[in-house]
Amino acid sequence: MANPGLSFVKTTDSVIATNKVLKNTYLLLSATLGFSALTAMLSIVLAVPSWVYLASVIASMVLGIFVLPRTANSSAGIGVIFLITGLLGFGLGAILTLYLALPHGAQTVGLAFGGTAAIFLGLSGYALTSRRDFSFIGGFIFAGMMVVMLAIIANLFLQMPALSLAIASVIILLMSGFILFDTSRIARGEETNYILATYGLYLSIFNIFISLLQILGIMGSDD
Amino acid sequence: MELLLKIIAALLFGMMLFLLWPVYRHWQEHGPKAQKGDWPAVILPLGAVVLFVALLVLAVR
Repeated sequence: MANPGLSFVKTTDSVIATNKVLKNTYLLLSATLGFSALTAMLSIVLAVPSWVYLASVIASMVLGIFVLPRTANSSAGIGVIFLITGLLGFGLGAILTLYLALPHGAQTVGLAFGGTAAIFLGLSGYALTSRRDFSFIGGFIFAGMMVVMLAIIANLFLQMPALSLAIASVIILLMSGFILFDTSRIARGEETNYILATYGLYLSIFNIFISLLQILGIMGSDD
Repeated sequence: MELLLKIIAALLFGMMLFLLWPVYRHWQEHGPKAQKGDWPAVILPLGAVVLFVALLVLAVR
């Protein structure tokens, strides 16, 4: 015979575990975003050249693909995620230096920053309060990511502003989808590793910020 | 230097494509299917994001 008391204890335990992952994820996300801001400021002060951005993206991709999955279940994973986000922040500083030198550059950077915060907070709040399972968009967003990867590879060499604009627009939509997807997985207890959960959300925020910066930079320029 | 970085980045993005393929197949084959009302619940916030970005673009023009 089923024991309703035991089922209640199990449900309570799983809710506590889920809330713990959610709390740890947002704490680590805040810390990594703050650390990125620090390294970005350092890179702005040092006025590093723009190629540093691509170099830091390459280094963080290598760490994200080869090192983080192997260390995510240990305390070393925390160090790796700070290394990745610090590198990305340092690379971002190189891009911000370019934008800040433009007329209305500070306004563009400020709008991109505020816009990213509003999009992330709005979508996370929506995913958490609606308590809906957004896993069904998994296939759709991963397919979209593969198409975007092909376009990014082509535009690395073609350097077409129209294609850059199209890629940035699609990335904002895909990353918004990823925020819904990741947040609902954490809230429903399907993602139990807060380091990997933080990495996913951090990448969505970073990509939205970079894409928004690109869109506002292109659309706001006089020529 | 920049060309070398672009070639390395292209190789990494190409590798990401190979890594994403099984993930895509997994979610396509084993992921939950959308129920009634699920797609509008996604399209609504994404539409709000599009409108918000359009507003930001208007603000910088």
